[in-house]
Amino acid sequence: MGLIENTISPSLVEVEKGTKILSPNIVITSMDKLINWGRSSSLWPVTFGLACCGIEMMTTGSSHYDLDRMGVIFRGSPRQADLMIVAGTVTKKMAEIVRRIYDQMPEPRYVVSLGSCACSGGIFNTYSTVQGCDSFLPVDVYIPGCPPRPEALLEGIIKLQEKIKGEHFRWSRWR
Amino acid sequence: MKPLEIADKIKEKFQDEVLDVKEFREQVAVTLKKDRILEICRYLHDDAALCFDYLIDVCGVDYAGKKEKRFEVVYHLYSIKRCHAIRLKAEVPETNSEIDSVTVLWAGANWHERECYDMFGIIFKGNQDLRRVLMPEDWEGHPLRKDYPVKGPEKEWPGFQAVLDRAKRFKEFEWHG
Amino acid sequence: MEQIEKTFETRELTISMGPQHPATHGVLRLVLTLDGETVIKCTPHVGYLHRGVEKLGENRTYFSALPLTDRLDYISSMNNNVGYVNAVEKLFGIEAPERAKFIRTMVAEMGRISSHIIWLGTHVLDIGATTPFLYAFRERERILDLFEALCGARLTVSYPRIGGVRNDVSQEFLDELYKFVLEFPSRMDDYETLVTENRVWRKRTVGIGVISAEEAVNWGLTGGMLRGSGVCYDVRKHAPYDAYDKVEFDVPLGKNGDCYDRYIVRMGEMRQANRIIKQCIEKLPTGPVMADAPKFTLPPKDKILKDMEHLIHQFVLITKGPIVPEGEIYSATEVPKGELGFYFVSDGTGKPYRMRVRAPSFVHVSILPKLCEGGFVADVIANIGSIDIVLGECDR
Repeated sequence: MGLIENTISPSLVEVEKGTKILSPNIVITSMDKLINWGRSSSLWPVTFGLACCGIEMMTTGSSHYDLDRMGVIFRGSPRQADLMIVAGTVTKKMAEIVRRIYDQMPEPRYVVSLGSCACSGGIFNTYSTVQGCDSFLPVDVYIPGCPPRPEALLEGIIKLQEKIKGEHFRWSRWR
Repeated sequence: MKPLEIADKIKEKFQDEVLDVKEFREQVAVTLKKDRILEICRYLHDDAALCFDYLIDVCGVDYAGKKEKRFEVVYHLYSIKRCHAIRLKAEVPETNSEIDSVTVLWAGANWHERECYDMFGIIFKGNQDLRRVLMPEDWEGHPLRKDYPVKGPEKEWPGFQAVLDRAKRFKEFEWHG
Repeated sequence: MEQIEKTFETRELTISMGPQHPATHGVLRLVLTLDGETVIKCTPHVGYLHRGVEKLGENRTYFSALPLTDRLDYISSMNNNVGYVNAVEKLFGIEAPERAKFIRTMVAEMGRISSHIIWLGTHVLDIGATTPFLYAFRERERILDLFEALCGARLTVSYPRIGGVRNDVSQEFLDELYKFVLEFPSRMDDYETLVTENRVWRKRTVGIGVISAEEAVNWGLTGGMLRGSGVCYDVRKHAPYDAYDKVEFDVPLGKNGDCYDRYIVRMGEMRQANRIIKQCIEKLPTGPVMADAPKFTLPPKDKILKDMEHLIHQFVLITKGPIVPEGEIYSATEVPKGELGFYFVSDGTGKPYRMRVRAPSFVHVSILPKLCEGGFVADVIANIGSIDIVLGECDR
């Protein structure tokens, strides 16, 4: 986890490799690590299945793959969410809504682009589809595949958690 | 009833309207003039022996440069009671692309006609709710016409352009690490 | 108190439900006008997932348009593929060999089960029961694993090909499937124990969203929507394709045409689908799985790698497409949602001149105002779940 940097006690207990905990409860760490740890282990995505990939997203969230164990719990409202999984083809008619939902989410917010269509338009290179949702959204993680397997989505979320853990000073000012 | 018999019945009743009857792979298509399409459909719907109670589909076809009259509106009819089917095709010219709506007979025709209007620009007279259904209201052009490019026109749809502009404007508020 | 009553006034409220709403099954948007809890007016807006499949299909050869049909109704892509290849085979005038027909019937019924399971899970979840959702996805995962063993893809399979199927089934696959088939009825009993007689479920669905038989036919409804109203129309019975005339199955019918009857019909369909799969495994004939029609089907892979002639043939077929007789064809198949029709106009080239998809979901969305108006706002959710739509197919 890498949360604990130092403790001020002679009686340190090593719980895992490189992680030491004081047998009473004083832990010394940096704000960055604490906040990033909290953020990365409770990512709440907004339920927003656009197309085929949305079905794989549902599968990932249900019994077999069980996304809940990673602290990822789907929320119905963008105002309670901090992760947006753009799952499926974004059409031009839909783009406005996607952007509006993104704007409604509170900071800090992250975007995962799930599937070829969301990443690049996929096989639908037509008049009505957006060729890649990164044209109007800041995407953090791209997951290719048509549709990506649930394992790929899990991998993507782990990658996002790693990214969040590497962030520095993202709590400095009110946003 | 055999499909060709149905075609004969239509021919008998509306002699001047039928332009062509074609059979291909046991499916019969009757090409009609567009003016009395509602009457013909009403006959097919109401006649006890024919009883076409189920309208499978209404769609348009664009024959730009291939036929004299550019569009064709294709009706697929089926009778659940009598288990027979027929295909009607009404020719619609480009200049006066209007045809009577059949929503009074089959309520389900409404959305098919709306889609046909959306994709080809064919106007269905008598349809109370003729709006675009798939494309946005202010979309320009009719995508399924043959002269419409697959990737869309050069000029971006204003609705999407506004989203791109907003994204650009909000970029400075993003977190850059 | 008196004064308050005097100034008390009510007014209509217009709300926009969707496109981002957990219960709209994708990107459906409804504009509802409410008077208190009662829905006065309901206007569905679709097109948020319009990807131009028909336009794209007209610019591709018959072979390369097949993957597009996977993404129409992405919950049951196998059935869409079967519908597409049946239509194209009819147009080409070729017929798949017997074994391929049985395999197609088998996988299509597997697709039907997986689609109905998703419908059951989400429909029940929307109304407030979480447990069946988790159970349902457990069984669905088994079917998807079988699909993966069969063709390598879970969701977008593209397994049926024009003139047959991509590859033959293995004995291990059949054994595993047979195990599933024997087990599945008991799983169905589990769902039915949880849902069918549940008092909350009955209160939420019985008498909700009623549509009479005449209206259902007049609106062009098909599939479970039509049969829930008691009209016996099933393409598998009326115009059998593949091996449906060689297997026995019943068509479950409802009576009242409400949400509950549609639920009963779809549950019955799952049991019948299971029955069909069982018969297909038992009756599966031996023989090739690809039609012997070199002008219209791609040559087998091992021959392409060894033989120059086949390589050239493959190249021509892929780049130019086959030479197709001029004409037009409408072919319908029964997918889990209803009647999926493909209408092709061929002008003799390798690409369809017009490819029209008659999508059942598109028709079923148009009935929503009729079902919802006059009911409560909570029943809108029950109605959306019960019409069983997939927006990818609706918008194309």
